Amino acid sequence: MGAVDAIVVEDLHKRYKTVQALDGVSFSVKEGEVFGLLGPNGAGKSTAVRTLATLTRPDSGHALVAGEDVVRHPNRVRRAIGYVAQDSGVDWEATGRENLMLQGRIHGMAGAPLRARVEELLDLVGLRDASDRQARTYSGGMKRRLDIATGLVHRPRVLFLDEPTTGLDPEARAAMWVEVERLAAQESLTILLTTHYLEEADRLAERVAIVSRGKVVVEGTPAELKAGLRGELVTVDLAGANGRAHEAVQVVHRIEGATEVAAEGQQVRARVPNGAQAIPLILSALEEQGITVAAVTTARPSLDDVYLHYTGRDFSTEDQEGNR
Amino acid sequence: MQLLRQTGWMVVRQARNLMREPIWIAMMVIQPLVWLLLYGQLFSRVGQLRGGATSYVEFLTPGIVCMNAFFGGSWSGMAMISDLNRHVIDRFLAAPASRFAIVFSQVVRAGITAMLQALLLLVVGLALGVRVHGGLLGWLVVFAASALLAAAFAGFSHGVALLVRKEASMIATANFVGLPLMFISAILIPPSSMPHWIAQLSRFNPVNWGVQAARNAILTGGHWGATGVYLLLLVAATAVTSLFATWCFRAYQRSI
Repeated sequence: MGAVDAIVVEDLHKRYKTVQALDGVSFSVKEGEVFGLLGPNGAGKSTAVRTLATLTRPDSGHALVAGEDVVRHPNRVRRAIGYVAQDSGVDWEATGRENLMLQGRIHGMAGAPLRARVEELLDLVGLRDASDRQARTYSGGMKRRLDIATGLVHRPRVLFLDEPTTGLDPEARAAMWVEVERLAAQESLTILLTTHYLEEADRLAERVAIVSRGKVVVEGTPAELKAGLRGELVTVDLAGANGRAHEAVQVVHRIEGATEVAAEGQQVRARVPNGAQAIPLILSALEEQGITVAAVTTARPSLDDVYLHYTGRDFSTEDQEGNR
Repeated sequence: MQLLRQTGWMVVRQARNLMREPIWIAMMVIQPLVWLLLYGQLFSRVGQLRGGATSYVEFLTPGIVCMNAFFGGSWSGMAMISDLNRHVIDRFLAAPASRFAIVFSQVVRAGITAMLQALLLLVVGLALGVRVHGGLLGWLVVFAASALLAAAFAGFSHGVALLVRKEASMIATANFVGLPLMFISAILIPPSSMPHWIAQLSRFNPVNWGVQAARNAILTGGHWGATGVYLLLLVAATAVTSLFATWCFRAYQRSI
């Protein structure tokens, strides 16, 4: 294993009345790593994080955070973690600074070190100018940044970010991404973040576990997961509406290594091991049959494709089901 | 130590937040006075209700002090529901915050509020001719009775808040428990004017323990032994309800 594991999750189960929220979740996160739990709403990500943050007791299974068992020594875990819930935990009536001071005091901090830390965090998350305003006057993005600062007051070893950008507008989301990247670099933290945005996991997480229906279906770096799909997607746009797409599919099928060949209107798509090698072959084969090509594009697989591949379900439709 | 420190800082938080609500402050001042003046007028001509006091208002003042305290305590769980809805409680629970401190800070806050209102009511009562016959000790007993009554019911209220977690259910419960307890007590009329069975029943009503203690302090200025027993009963009730509320965190955490 090499590096110490900051989080070890083994076979967690949790059932609410009618829903099996966790159905044997297992994964581990190395110290200093940014790890993403990716999945649609209702997949069990938040339940997993709440269990690790000692809020929810699992029905069975084990979880260690910073080396401590979440069920047997919850208070030791609480001292080691920062928990930024999906729903903001900001006290609206208090000012930003007061929110941070109280959180520090709950962690047993006091006096000059606490004050210095609070000022440092207000700078870090860019809330200095708003620090003496009641949090009820903050925008959604500001509240979220205050949440993150609150989770960092006591210099935790592990930070949980549950859906850090849900409900933010695109601009605030981009800002939050920069924030998380900076945290990961500056505070030498282990970060476990959950998200249902594929691009977010792709951008922020060094490793990703895809969660579906209470289970981890696949785990690895975003690059590994995409490579696991072996190949790139080639899309060929046929020239003119001469209805030869079916013929073109036959042609592409005969190219070595081409799989998942399908036509859609005047488009033919195929998965090939290596786009750069396959494209000339495809083009010349089509030309031989007198089929003219308007355009060719290749795309490396996205986490979207990974999700589809490992769960057999389309990410966006799954997400809507989860929302119900 | 950590427990007391956390409780203290959480009381500071609540007090500070409430001080930012001008309407809340106004209601806390006006409401008890409305009760005192309204009920004081309503029953002022019914001589047998005075229970030996020189005026009905003198008889009523300790009653209103206690009514105000226990209503305040019964409703204080709304603060917990608001904190639950805003997920502040989840944030505290995922940090090493003592569950008891979370509850007890609310209990203390309710007690302090009730004590300040008792002071206000006594000062206005003095202007209306009320005399505290128990002297300085009498004043202290009235403060203790109001603080403990509010605290005992605040513990209960916060337990209910953690169990029901919805405003509507909280309001229904507070009314269901509060109004009967008010009428099965000597807040408005002396036990001697009650039907026998209500007088008997009222002896087991915590609200009445506070009313008897405060009335002994203001009207009689004596019976200190019995008064002490009432206050101790209220201390015990506060302990029981605070522990009940702390235990209710389990129910809440099972639900999330």
